[in-house]
Amino acid sequence: MLSLVRYMAYAEQTSTPLYRDERFLRIINQVVVVALVAGVLIFLYSNMVTALRTQKEVPISYDFLNDTAGFNLGESTIAFTRTDPIHRAMLVGLLNTFKVSIAGIVLATILGTFIGVMRLSTNFLVSKIALVYINVFRNIPPLLLLIFWYRAIFLKLPRVQEAIVLFDPVFPVYIANRGLFFPWGTATESWYTYRWILLGGFALALFVAYLLRQHGKRTGRMPLVTLWFLVILLAVTVLGYVILPDPLEITKPALKGFNIRGGGSVSLEFWGLLFGLVIYAAAYIAEAVRAGILSVDRGQREAARALGFSSFNIMRLIILPQAIRVVVPPLISYAIGFTKNTSLGLAIGYTDFFAITGGLILNNTGRAVETLTIILLVYLTISLIASLILNMYNRRITLSH
Amino acid sequence: MDCNSASPLSEEPVIICRDVQKWFGNFHALKGISMEVMPQEVIVIFGPSGSGKSTFIRTINRLEEHQSGQIIVDGIELTHDVRNIERVRMETGMVFQQFNLFPHLTVMQNITYAPIYNRKWRRTEAEKVAMELLERVGIPEQAEKYPGQLSGGQQQRVAIARALAMQPKIMLFDEPTSALDPEMIKEVLDVMIELAESGMTMIVITHEMGFARAVADRLFFFDEGLVVESGTPEEIFNYPKEERTKRFLAQILSH
Repeated sequence: MLSLVRYMAYAEQTSTPLYRDERFLRIINQVVVVALVAGVLIFLYSNMVTALRTQKEVPISYDFLNDTAGFNLGESTIAFTRTDPIHRAMLVGLLNTFKVSIAGIVLATILGTFIGVMRLSTNFLVSKIALVYINVFRNIPPLLLLIFWYRAIFLKLPRVQEAIVLFDPVFPVYIANRGLFFPWGTATESWYTYRWILLGGFALALFVAYLLRQHGKRTGRMPLVTLWFLVILLAVTVLGYVILPDPLEITKPALKGFNIRGGGSVSLEFWGLLFGLVIYAAAYIAEAVRAGILSVDRGQREAARALGFSSFNIMRLIILPQAIRVVVPPLISYAIGFTKNTSLGLAIGYTDFFAITGGLILNNTGRAVETLTIILLVYLTISLIASLILNMYNRRITLSH
Repeated sequence: MDCNSASPLSEEPVIICRDVQKWFGNFHALKGISMEVMPQEVIVIFGPSGSGKSTFIRTINRLEEHQSGQIIVDGIELTHDVRNIERVRMETGMVFQQFNLFPHLTVMQNITYAPIYNRKWRRTEAEKVAMELLERVGIPEQAEKYPGQLSGGQQQRVAIARALAMQPKIMLFDEPTSALDPEMIKEVLDVMIELAESGMTMIVITHEMGFARAVADRLFFFDEGLVVESGTPEEIFNYPKEERTKRFLAQILSH
């Protein structure tokens, strides 16, 4: 405001009237926008407070988070029972959201890149297949896609008694209409020590990789950083496993009565949500990849061809590394969109953060304002963190140019 | 290899073009070009823009496909056989007007990637050769920089080193100095003259007539998709036969 006062004093000496002076307009525009936003927020808040008072509801309080949940959850990466507090149920949901988001964003990026490259193929058939893919899946509501995968494909898998069994007996994988079952380790007493060893190994590998990179930059010859990183990680993992008395107890799934017992499993709701959203998001990512590839100068491809590179290597070594600068910004939005779209899992019974908090918990406690505020803040935080990470990456690849 | 070859050796021609024709849609870009290039020969092609000189040089390593006629490079005929195309590209290096260096790679990586991936050299070996080439083009201190950090003349010299790293038998230059500031033209031409004197077979599109006079064995004047006239620098500069050649030379040499 000080600048406005100072400016007005100055403006009196000049002949331009205020209403046409761009410097004055610039300031007044901002004042108007801030006033409008503040006005709307104040109106909404007072509205809510009045509504709550007239309905004689209990005042806003977040104490209910410590109450006992009172419900069970099928899909969970951490231990959860009905006597656990409500905030732990939220954590279960949040982890489920992360699980499907991370797997989904990685898969959608790979599939999308593949289709985007296909779209630009000189082969008529290949390019048209990609074109059809993009236009079909971009124009179907994602909700429909995941209901299709869940109901029409996954629920039609054979019953447990007739499950498809792969890689028996070394690594038996069971596929049935209750989920995917595979051998998995359960923690024993020494697991907690082993976990620290793994963490230490990871830190050590990271440190060595950093030193190797620095060394590579000094000498101008880059050693195989990734290889050494993996070797150290593997060495520590194996060594720790040998030293400790079996930190994990590996169990294999097996048919017992009417169910499959032992090992780990991933639910069909997870697969339905994952497949539906990956196929949807990949169509958008493909278009972003296509735009990125087209943004690379024609001369780059010509120079690479003249040097005798194969088409695959031209794409991998020359075109895609340059295209990525254009692809990353839209990819940020799609990754965020993917994370938000996982809330559609509610429709097929996947217990993600939204289904648990906005469904189960809201219904059980009736705390609409509190739960919705938490949901809003959580999704906002996830999105902001995701864009922060990707922006940092974006800045790094832009600066190295 | 370092004999100063003004006269072609008594060998087979390293490039044979017979009646090469090319259309872009309805536009007849090459109307039957024939040319034989002997090992260690330096050919300069000049002519007005749109005369097909650039299109012609690009058919030799199949950046453009010719539609009729025959092109044989180092005994390998360019057909639709992908393996032949790959082999010809390994034997020919190309330098572009716009340099076309890979901006996301360092100078060293720009030079070493092709031999590492396409000739399957070991990295250490490729880097050794790359350093020698950078010495040769006079910028060994720029090895770890990115193309964007170099001047135009330096970039073009890196582009020459990059093409030489594949140890080609033939070098093609498509207006290598046309995108350069005047004071940088000389540093690139010096490298090209040194290369010509070392016995490299070269086809150069350029309007640097000083360069042509100094190192060209033969000149070809292109106009409207045809070779109007060809001959030694002496013949072309002092006794041009065709009216069109005289007029063009008068225009580019008048100032």
